[in-house]
Order: sequence, then structure tokens, then C-alpha cells
Amino acid sequence: MTAFRIRHNASRFLIHLTLAGGGALMLVPFFWLLSSSLKAPHEIFVFPPKWIPDPIRWANYLEVFEVVSVMRYAANTMTITFFSTLGVIVSSSMAAYSFARLRFKGRDIVFALILSTVMLPYVVTMIPVYILFTRLGWIGTFLPLIVPDWFGGPITIFLLRQFFRTIPLELEDAARIDGASRPRIFAQIILPLSRSALTVVLVLSLLHNWNDFLTPLIYLHKRDLFTLALGLNALQYFEGGLDWTHYVMALATLMVLPVVILYFLAQRAFVEGIVLTGLKG
Amino acid sequence: MQSSPAQSAPEAQTDRGLRFFQRLSFEETLFGWMFIIPAVLGLLFFRLGPVFASFYLSLTKYEIITAPQWIGFANYTKLVKDALWLRSIEVTLWYVTLFVPLSLTFAYAVALLMSRNVRGITTYRTLWYLPSVVPVVASATIWRWGLNPEFGPINYPLKVLGLPAPRWLTDPDWIVPSIVFIGLWGLGNSVLIFLASLISVPRTYYEAAEVDGANSWARFRHVTLPLTSSIIFYQLIVTVINSFQVFGVAYILFVSNPSASSAGPNNAALFYVLYMFRNAFGYFRNGYASAMAWILFLVIMLLTAILFYSQRRWVYYETEGGGS
Repeated sequence: MTAFRIRHNASRFLIHLTLAGGGALMLVPFFWLLSSSLKAPHEIFVFPPKWIPDPIRWANYLEVFEVVSVMRYAANTMTITFFSTLGVIVSSSMAAYSFARLRFKGRDIVFALILSTVMLPYVVTMIPVYILFTRLGWIGTFLPLIVPDWFGGPITIFLLRQFFRTIPLELEDAARIDGASRPRIFAQIILPLSRSALTVVLVLSLLHNWNDFLTPLIYLHKRDLFTLALGLNALQYFEGGLDWTHYVMALATLMVLPVVILYFLAQRAFVEGIVLTGLKG
Repeated sequence: MQSSPAQSAPEAQTDRGLRFFQRLSFEETLFGWMFIIPAVLGLLFFRLGPVFASFYLSLTKYEIITAPQWIGFANYTKLVKDALWLRSIEVTLWYVTLFVPLSLTFAYAVALLMSRNVRGITTYRTLWYLPSVVPVVASATIWRWGLNPEFGPINYPLKVLGLPAPRWLTDPDWIVPSIVFIGLWGLGNSVLIFLASLISVPRTYYEAAEVDGANSWARFRHVTLPLTSSIIFYQLIVTVINSFQVFGVAYILFVSNPSASSAGPNNAALFYVLYMFRNAFGYFRNGYASAMAWILFLVIMLLTAILFYSQRRWVYYETEGGGS
């Protein structure tokens, strides 16, 4: 019995050790990023690598705002993120409500079709959609990054539909008896009861828009339309070069910080969202 | 992990037949369609439509300024002779071969350890998941310097220990492994998904197995694996689809502008989508790039179909039916 206990405890200890040790290793790159962002340029390129900058150069964070238009990039990113997120929530929740609660001919076929595009490889739609937006004259505006989100996202629709189906029908029926219309029931009963699911959608959409690189890369070519992702890429390769690596690191840190904070604020929503959708962004 | 309401919900609409609003079906139809109009338009214009449009474009010569010009399968026959295209297939297949098994095994193993240890699970989950939220540009930036052979923190311990220190991002043989490595850092998503499914295996199954004298390997082999096989299957499909479409990291590290004519030394980072992107947005050969897109699309569909076919042999579903 004691032998079993010892073996049991030893294995538990090993598990803890692996998870904590591995977890710490996962954090090393974050620390490296932060440390490099506070270094003087000549301190980045030294061997052995220095972990604690000396002196700590906070000025990098001020100067990076002068060398590139960080505020412009941030404002652009936030504009796109705001309107995309709003769009995906409005359009997907409407569709999800209809699929979850209203009965009409063709509903299940349409839903199945939408669901079947969840795993559609983006490569196959990329060029025609680009041509569509070219024809519309929308290249060089934020519209190509925002408008598609106003037409529902398959994953979001699926996620919200599953959630709406768990809301007791009695609530809806009671409102119907009181003469409430469908749009009113949707807006005043279903949506307020779905805060947790909507938070999941909100968080996933914020994360996606903040991190997206490919779509802005395709549609935004002028410097004053750049998002943070494009700005960081440009800072690395087209401005300053290696001498500005400390600024690159500072900007990268500024870009990572909000998503890390978002994660800590909405951990539950993150975990639920990832598990429910199961798809990487 | 919190079981989500959406997953555990009983079918809320089983009492359909008892509802007394049946007669208002016109109103339901009207609002039903009204509410899904945006989603239906999105399906037509941004998903299904483009799939067909891109096939049509693949049969044309189309450089945006002039109208598409029908050339039949010429793009496809040209592709077969395109050395760079063949190179991009080689690079991508090498990546998929390395990344899919490594990431799935690694993520499953980590999730398995976490599921054994309810105490501290939130902290571990956070540690392992956090890299997944990092924007691709930032993670490419981190690793561009993190994997630097002279000054980077990865090679430092290797050098101290006298181990061979690879020239990660400059040695053609190490480029794909480096991208795999960077991908493995962002493994957290898969870990979370596996963890959720491992935790949802009912304890009673393990207890029953223990009563039958099953040791820990047997419990894993005959309880854990079968009961999580549907998630493994799902993750396998998602990982395969995503691996074929690697773009961001490779673009940022090796290309950085649309018309760059090479991707790393010896084109060792010329991933499929990278080459397609260059043709579409660097050279504006939209017909040619669409042919590439369609071939990749077919390959992915075919692989998915094969996987779906194979699942009968190894994926265990507890209940029949009950779809959606």
C-alpha cells in the first residue's frame, strides 16, 4: 500500500514537473520579447544573450510612436475590428435565431449548406472575392475587411444556434401570447439571455481581427490604411532595418499586450469558444 | 473545464407537436427568411459562389485589367511544368508530414497530463494556451530573433552544452522544421480541445475498468482512446486542412512583399499558398493562381474524404444519430 502511494505521488510529481516546466518554456519567448523591447540596439546582438537589459530603455516605447505612425495603425485596426465584430454579431445572431427557432420550408437545407462551408479552405475563395471587391472599387478602403462579416459567419451561426436552442421555449411562447413580434422576441428575450454565448463570439471576433494578417495584406496597400499587423511587418523590413530591432520588439509587445489582457479578462469565453468551435483562426 | 450549455443541452424543441402556434406558419416563414437573408447572401457571394468562380477563372487567362480569356486547361498543363510549383508542393508536403503527427501527439499528450491533474489545471491551461493568442506577425518577429543562430536564446543552451546548433532560418534543411517548431509553440488550441474531451469521459468507465483489473495502459487504450477518438478525428481533419494552407509565418519571415521572387534560400520556404499568393497578388496571374487554388482545394477535399471513409475503422461514436 505504501509502495503504491509512493509510486502514485512520484507520478503526480512528475506530471506537475512536466506541465510546469513545459509551461515555463512556453513563456520564455514572451520574456525574450519583453526583454528585447527594453534594450538598447547594441544589446540585442550580443552573445551570450542578455536576459535583463542594462540599462532598461523605456524610451523605446516612446520613440516607436515617432518612427512609425503607431496611433494611425492602432486606430485603423480598431475601426476594422469594431465594425467587423458588430457585423458578425448582428448578422449571425439573426440567422442563428431563425435556424434555431423558426420553422419554414428549406430551413434545414440552407443551414446544412452554411455549415458545410465551415471547413472550406480560404485559398479557393480568396481570388474571386478579391476580384469582386476590385470590381466594386473597394480596394484601398476598409470595406473588404468589414463587409463580409455583415453576411454571417458559419461558425458563429452554428455556435449561436446551438445556444439559442437551449433557451426554454416557454419564455418565447409567453411573449407571443402578450403579442410580441418575432424581432421583438429576438431583441428583448433571446439576445439578453445569450450574453455568455455572445461574449464568446465577441472575444473570438476581436482576437481574429486584431491578429489577422492575410486579409489586410491583400486589400490595404497604402501606409495610412495599415493595420498594426501590417505596420509591424513594414517596420521590420522596409524601415530602419536591423538598427530598429528594438523598436520592432517594442511594437510587437504593444500588439501582444492587448490580446494577453483580453485573455485574462475573458478566460472563460476564450476556453469555451475554442472548445466549441474547435477551429484555429 | 466548464461544460458549456450549448453542448449539454437537451433538445429543447422536442415538444414541437404540442405547440399551439402552428397556424402562424406564414409569419414564421416570413421572418425566418428575413433573418437569414444576410447569411444566405454571404453563402452565395463569399463562399459557394467564389468556389465555382475560381474554377471558371482557372480555365482562363485573367490579369484583372483585361477580361478573362478562355484557355481551357492550359493553366493546369503549364503548372505541371512549373518547377517552382513543384517545389512548393515538396515544401508543403514536408511541412504537413512533420507538423500533423507532431502537433496532434504533442497536444494530446499535454492534454492527457493536464486531465490527470485537476489541481493547478487553470494555471497550466493558461501557460500552455497563451502563445495561441499571439498575432502571427508578432510570433514571427519573436522567432525571427529567437531562432537567430548567433544571438538567439534557443541556440545559446545548445552551444553551452556543446550540441550542434542549427542555423534555423538560414539553412534550407532547417527552414521547414523551424516553421513546424513555431507552429508547435501555438499548440494551445488543440490542447484545450483535447482536454475538454478527455475531461468529459465519465469517471464510471475508468472505475469499471479498474474493477476488471485493467492497468493504466489498458485503461488508456480501451477507455480513453476510443472515447476521445471522435475529437482526435476532428482535430486531425482541421490540422490537415490548416497545414496545407500555411501562409503568415512563412510570408513574414521569408518574403515580406508580394512580388519577392524567392522564399528563403533555395526556396526552402516556398509554401504552396505563398507561391499562389505571389502569382495572384504579385504578378496578377489570376487564372493561373486559381488553377493552383483549385488543385489544392481538390487535394484537401480528397484527403478529407479519405479520412472520413477511414473513420469507420477507428473512430468510436457512443450514440448513433443525434446529428447537428
